[in-house]
Amino acid sequence: MASAVSSLSRSAGSTTRPLATRDALWLRYTLTAVALGFLALFLVLPLVAVFAEAFRRGIGAYFAALNDPDGLHALKLTLLTAGLAVPANLVFGVAAAWCIAKFTFPGKSLLITLIDLPFAVSPVISGLIYVLLFGAQGWYGHYLDAEQPWLPGLQAWLIEQDFKIIFAVPGIVLATTFVTFPFIARELIPLMQTQGNDEEYAAITLGANGWQTFWKVTLPNIKWGLFYGVILCNARAMGEFGAVSVVSGHIRGETNTLPLHVEILYNEYQFVGAFAAASILALLALVTLVLKSLVEWAHARRHA
Amino acid sequence: MSILARNLTKTFGAYTALADVSLEIPTGKLVALLGPSGSGKTTLLRIIAGLEFADPGSGRIDFHGADVTDVPAGKRGVGFVFQHYALFKHMTVAENIAFGLTVRPRRERPDRAAIDARVKELLKLIQLDDLGARYPAQLSGGQRQRIALARALAVQPKVLLLDEPFGALDARVRKELRRWLRHFQREIGVTTLFVTHDQEEALELADEVIVMNNAKIEQVGTPQEVYDRPASPFVIEFLGNVNRFATKAHPLPGAGSDVLYVRPHDVDILREYHGEHGVRVRVQHVFSAGNTGRVALVREDNGDAIDAELSRVRLAELHLVAGDEAWVVFRHIRLFPAGAFTERDVATEDATPAVADPGQGI
Repeated sequence: MASAVSSLSRSAGSTTRPLATRDALWLRYTLTAVALGFLALFLVLPLVAVFAEAFRRGIGAYFAALNDPDGLHALKLTLLTAGLAVPANLVFGVAAAWCIAKFTFPGKSLLITLIDLPFAVSPVISGLIYVLLFGAQGWYGHYLDAEQPWLPGLQAWLIEQDFKIIFAVPGIVLATTFVTFPFIARELIPLMQTQGNDEEYAAITLGANGWQTFWKVTLPNIKWGLFYGVILCNARAMGEFGAVSVVSGHIRGETNTLPLHVEILYNEYQFVGAFAAASILALLALVTLVLKSLVEWAHARRHA
Repeated sequence: MSILARNLTKTFGAYTALADVSLEIPTGKLVALLGPSGSGKTTLLRIIAGLEFADPGSGRIDFHGADVTDVPAGKRGVGFVFQHYALFKHMTVAENIAFGLTVRPRRERPDRAAIDARVKELLKLIQLDDLGARYPAQLSGGQRQRIALARALAVQPKVLLLDEPFGALDARVRKELRRWLRHFQREIGVTTLFVTHDQEEALELADEVIVMNNAKIEQVGTPQEVYDRPASPFVIEFLGNVNRFATKAHPLPGAGSDVLYVRPHDVDILREYHGEHGVRVRVQHVFSAGNTGRVALVREDNGDAIDAELSRVRLAELHLVAGDEAWVVFRHIRLFPAGAFTERDVATEDATPAVADPGQGI
C-alpha cells in the first residue's frame, strides 16, 4: 500500500490532478479487469464462436451455406422489413417527439407512456396482439368473413388480392415497427426538450412558416440524434425475433427473416448453415456499430 | 409605430400571469418592462410579439391604430430578441441575419444580391463587419446578442421586442452593450420594448419604465419619476436599496402597520447633533471600497439596522470605525400607511416633523 501511495503521489505530481480524485492503483486495475473480462466473456467470445462455428468446415462450406436460396430470401426479407419499419418509425418518431417536446396538451404524459409500451411488454405478447387483431380468428378475419361489412368494396378487394396480414409479410413489418417504435422518439424527446423552443420562435417571428421552421431550424438541430436513433432502430429491426416469430408462421422462403432462419437451421442440426446466417446478422450489427461510432465521432468533432 | 395594449388577461391553469393589463408605448421610444421573475413581464412581451395569445375574449393589441390581436407573430412585423440569443447554430452569421429575408415567399423575396447587401449593411451597423462567415459558436456572448439584434432588424420590424437581452452576459459586457443599444436605438428610432429584472438597467437605458408586479402594472413613468416618486411600497423596494422601518406614529388614520422608507443616500451621519430629529446609532461596519462609502449602522434604542451611503470624501471626514457612536438624520422619507402614502423632505436643519417624529416614532 505504501508503494502504491508513493507511486500515486509521483504520478499525481506529473499530472495536475489532485490526489483525492484518484483511486488506488489496485482498485483501478481490478475494476478495469472486471469490466474487460465481462466484455470478453459475454460479447467477444460469442461473436468469435459464431464465426468459428460458421467456418468450421472451411470457407467453401460457409459460402455454400450462404448461397442457400431460403437463406438469401430470409436476408432479403430482413432488409425489406427494416427498410419499411425504420422509415415508418422515422416519421412517427419525429412527429411524436416534436409534439411532446414542443407543445403542451392534455394527455401528453399518457402519450409518453404509450411510446414506451413496446419496451415494457414482451415482444411475444406484442406478436400475439397482432395475431388476435389481424389473424383469421381476429377482427380482420371476421371482417373478411362478414356478410354485411362496412366498405364492402374494400372487403372484396382484400379477398380478391388474397391479402393476408398474419403469417405474411405485412404482419412481420407491423410487428417489427411496433417493437422498434420507441427508439427514435426516445432518442429525440430529451434532445428536443433541452433545446427548447426559442430557435423555432425566432424563426416564426422572422416570418418563417411551420414547414420552413421544421426543415431549416428544427431538423438541422436534431439531425445527429435522429441519425443515432435510426441506427439503433435499424439494428433492432433486423434482429427482432420474438414478435416476428409469433406473426410470421415460419414459412421457408416466404416469411422467414434471418433470425428465424437461424433458429430453424439450428433446430435441424445444420450448424454451419445456422452459424453462417448468424454471422451475416452479426456483420450487419457490426456495420451498424461502426456507423454509430462514425456518427458519434463526427458529432463530437463538430462540437469540439 | 406605437403599441397599444388594452385589458390583457392571461392565465395558465390556476395561475394568473397577467390580470387586466393595459399599456401604451409611444412611437420611437425605448421602454423597459421591469419586474421580478414571475411578475408577468415576459408573458406580456410574448403576447405583444404574438408568440402567445391572451385569454380568449380578453384584451386587444393595436400597432399604430391597426388591430393585431389575432395576427400571428410572423405577420405582425415585430423583431424579437431572446435572452439566450436563439441564433441558428448550424448557420453562419450572415445566413442567420439573412434568414428572415430568405424565408419570404418567392414573389416578395429580394434577390440574392439585395439580401447580401442588406446583410453587409447590418453587419456594419452592429460593428461586426468581418464576422459574416463565422458560426455563432465561435463568437462571444455580446457579439451573439448583437447578431440576434441584426437578424431581428433585417426584416425591418415596426417594433423591436427584447426579452432580458443582457441577462446572459457578464457585468462588463452588459454595461458596454447597454450603452451601445441606447445609442443604436436613438439612431434607428424603432419603437423598442425590453424586459428586464435589473432596475439599474431599466433606469439607465429607458425613456420610460413600466414597473410590474404580481401580474399587474404598478407604475409607469420616466426613470426619474419612478425612482423619485414611487407609487407603492413595492416600487420603492424594487428600485434600489432602501431602509425600511415599521412605525406606529402616523399622521393619517389607518392601520398600525405603516412603513417608513429612507434611501441609504438620504441618510446623513453626524458625529454631533443637537436637534430633535436625530437618531442615536452605533457603527457596525464601514465599507470604504467602491464608488461610494457605505456604513452599516444599528439603532441604539431598538436595534433596527440602517444602511447609509455617502461620498468617500464625507466618509473620510467622519473617521468612523466599527463600534463608534453617532447620529443619523434622514433627509427624505416616504411613509406608506395601508392604502395611501405621503412623503416629505426632511432637511437636515429645519426639519418639518409633519410626517413622523423620527426621534420617537420610527
